[in-house]
Amino acid sequence: MDRKQCCVKLSVQPSRGLMDEKFIVLVQNVFPGFQLTLHALYKCEDGHSWEAFAHYTASAIGTVNISEDPSLGGTYSGVEPMGLLWSLRPVPGSKPWLRMRKMNVQTPMEVTISVYPGYQTEGFLDQVPLAGVVVERWYMAPGVRRIPVTEAGLTATLFLPPGPGPFPGLLDLWGGGGKLVEYRSALLASHGFASLALDYLTAKVTIETGKMVDNQYFERAYKVLEQHPQILSSRIAIIGLSLGTSITLKMAVYSQVAKLRCVVCISGSHVQPVDGSVEQIMSFFNKNAEKTRFNNENHMICRDLLLPIPTDPSLKVDVGQLQCPLLLVVGEDDQNWPTHESAMDIKEMMERAGNSHLLTLLSYPDTGHLIEPPFTPFAKASSFRAVSSRQKLVALWGGETAAHSRAQEDAWRKTLVFLRANLYGGVNTGIASFSNL
Amino acid sequence: MSDTVAPMLSVFPSRALVDENFKVVVKNLPPGCPVTLHSLHQCEDKHYWEAYGHYTSNHRGTVSVTDDLSFGGTYTGKEAMGLLWSMRPVPGSREGLRLRRRNVCSPLLVNISVYRGHVVEGFREQAPLASSLTERWYMAPGVQRTQIREKGVRGTLFLPPGPGPFPGMLDMWGGGGGLVEYRSALLGSHGYASLALEYFAPGELKSADLEFNYFETAFNIVKYHPQVMPDRVGIFGLSIGAVLTILLAAESSFVKPSCCVCISGNHLYPRGATIKEVHQVLNMKSPKIRLDENNYEIWRDMGLPIPDDLAHKIDVGRIHCPIMLVNGHDDQSWATVESSDDMAQMMRAAGNLHLLTRLHYPDAGHLIEPPYTPLFRATKFVKDTKEKVILLWGGQTKPHSDAQEDSWKKILAFLEQNLYSSPTLKAKM
Repeated sequence: MDRKQCCVKLSVQPSRGLMDEKFIVLVQNVFPGFQLTLHALYKCEDGHSWEAFAHYTASAIGTVNISEDPSLGGTYSGVEPMGLLWSLRPVPGSKPWLRMRKMNVQTPMEVTISVYPGYQTEGFLDQVPLAGVVVERWYMAPGVRRIPVTEAGLTATLFLPPGPGPFPGLLDLWGGGGKLVEYRSALLASHGFASLALDYLTAKVTIETGKMVDNQYFERAYKVLEQHPQILSSRIAIIGLSLGTSITLKMAVYSQVAKLRCVVCISGSHVQPVDGSVEQIMSFFNKNAEKTRFNNENHMICRDLLLPIPTDPSLKVDVGQLQCPLLLVVGEDDQNWPTHESAMDIKEMMERAGNSHLLTLLSYPDTGHLIEPPFTPFAKASSFRAVSSRQKLVALWGGETAAHSRAQEDAWRKTLVFLRANLYGGVNTGIASFSNL
Repeated sequence: MSDTVAPMLSVFPSRALVDENFKVVVKNLPPGCPVTLHSLHQCEDKHYWEAYGHYTSNHRGTVSVTDDLSFGGTYTGKEAMGLLWSMRPVPGSREGLRLRRRNVCSPLLVNISVYRGHVVEGFREQAPLASSLTERWYMAPGVQRTQIREKGVRGTLFLPPGPGPFPGMLDMWGGGGGLVEYRSALLGSHGYASLALEYFAPGELKSADLEFNYFETAFNIVKYHPQVMPDRVGIFGLSIGAVLTILLAAESSFVKPSCCVCISGNHLYPRGATIKEVHQVLNMKSPKIRLDENNYEIWRDMGLPIPDDLAHKIDVGRIHCPIMLVNGHDDQSWATVESSDDMAQMMRAAGNLHLLTRLHYPDAGHLIEPPYTPLFRATKFVKDTKEKVILLWGGQTKPHSDAQEDSWKKILAFLEQNLYSSPTLKAKM
């Protein structure tokens, strides 16, 4: 490459987008057939640097369009419009077993996308690229309101879409890592759902009293949604992941207070002491702790703790009694929970009970446990400190980068369609009042 | 509480540059439902601006502003961006307002709402069915804004993201004075290192101690910037800024722009005069100022007739770079079209007509700005006498907005062709 390539034009459209929106990365003004590397760099809130890169060959008119052209190698290959985001991984020399999670949702993720000459695989930061742009990725759409909720002893954050409403409501439950994780709720509010992210493992009340929350804690969270003037009490749903699924199924079937329009259960199981408290559920898991395995990298595999799926009805949520639609999302390579086996058993139970028409099952091959909103880096294993054990280990989540990322994109789109159909769809009984105008 | 969930109103993209399109869609309405789409913006001076269009939902209860027709409001027909360009001050506002963004680092916030029925007024007094907020940015992420105070030159430089080097631009506004940054911010977002130049304070043109030299120095600040390609620097001017652009391109021995864009300018400049002297000439012609039925001042006759005497015109035959002239036929402020005709004649005679591109827009006025911002047909202006008058710029809303949209696209393509294209391609032309 002797002739200096100048005036390379690099653009990303849109330059400011939501985290789940696609973008188009376009390189123009390079020599036809020019070999180049596209590179993405992101410095996360913890100060770690993440990068992704891919090799492309410019067309006969001197352009590269990532949405149409194949990557010939790098951290992803093939035609992957969003590969520069989902294949991000910690730069060489980083601490191992990192997981990227944005905790401050009020600022965007800023990614620098650059183009380098030739097919490169390392040393990006030691060179000057041909061109570079900055892309902002937001969890919150403009006008979404973030409201901390501390009433009724809750530790939660409510995200309201812009406008007068009324909106459907969502209770958003994460898993065994605890903390108040807001990003999924922020994104759901950006899509028109009033969403309450709830901390139920490391809630203020638990930190202060040392006691885990009881079942009424979740019902109080439900009531916050039900009683909110901008939320429709008849259109409330729950979305749960991992341990959050356990709570979700429990409430859907056993709660006298929660009247749910639909539920979304991701990477979870129905196996638990029936209608047990969080504490009881966790000690049930701990009883089987000797079934924990470790692979040859010393990563912890927990999927056997709940296997085999019990036949004893007192140890499974009676999903045959479910009265609302259920979207079940599982990864077939989940190494943390036996989600695929649980899904099969749930399906069988519902078929026997005659309510399987309520079930939509999305099962993804080569996909692991952490099925999250799309276009964020994949972590096959990461440092994990379970709230109960306080031990710091590396948990194996499972999955393979490209397949898992594809599953996240598909599952998220289908989750939004499911939520819209159940929470926004159906007859708008206001028709009578409209047509009188 | 009723079981009626709100309709879903979406604006995509919710965050965009000021010159980018958006799609406004409403879903979950009853079928065949009359609704009004409404936009509201509170500008930095705290005035409210609004626009609205009347629609009817289809059988699926959807309205799409990009695909459907508006049958009434501040715009009609199929107008994807009508909610922005047809904005005007809300009823009861002062006369002569102009929406000009001063802080380009934060976005313009526009509220888009949908109301039941075909509403024409009283939007603030009723609750909409749904509303959404959209951000319109002058600066793309990563664009750097730097104040320039160097060698007596005052301005703001906008650098695109990335290492560069970039083509450069000297950007000059008009007789209103002050420092207007938003066009340079947009140019920076499109890959040009652009210097918005301040060359006199509002109302102080007469006393501005300006020499040619000031502009040459400013041009060189851009040219010699470490991240600018010295052989790819253009000049962009509007109104008086356009006159200065033509002057520099034709007369300067130090400044050799790669290309020029002149919006609503003219070539009527007495040879060898300073800006001060030009001003005195203008003052002498002030009896030619007319007033329209609203008492707005029409200045265009001051430039007519176009003199034959070359001593009163810039020698455009000496321009050596591609030059684009953008004019509105309804320009009430200057006789830009007549001037542009005369310039073309002069260039034909001199043999450099091939460098000239002219964009003419019927029913467009003087202030042809980046697209999707409201038209200012007449706004207040502080004259040198410190007198505050309302100047008629001209232009009809829809044709002027079309002119802004069309000219901006063509200007960006012209700049890309002249400042970004590779040398080999250029040589083949």
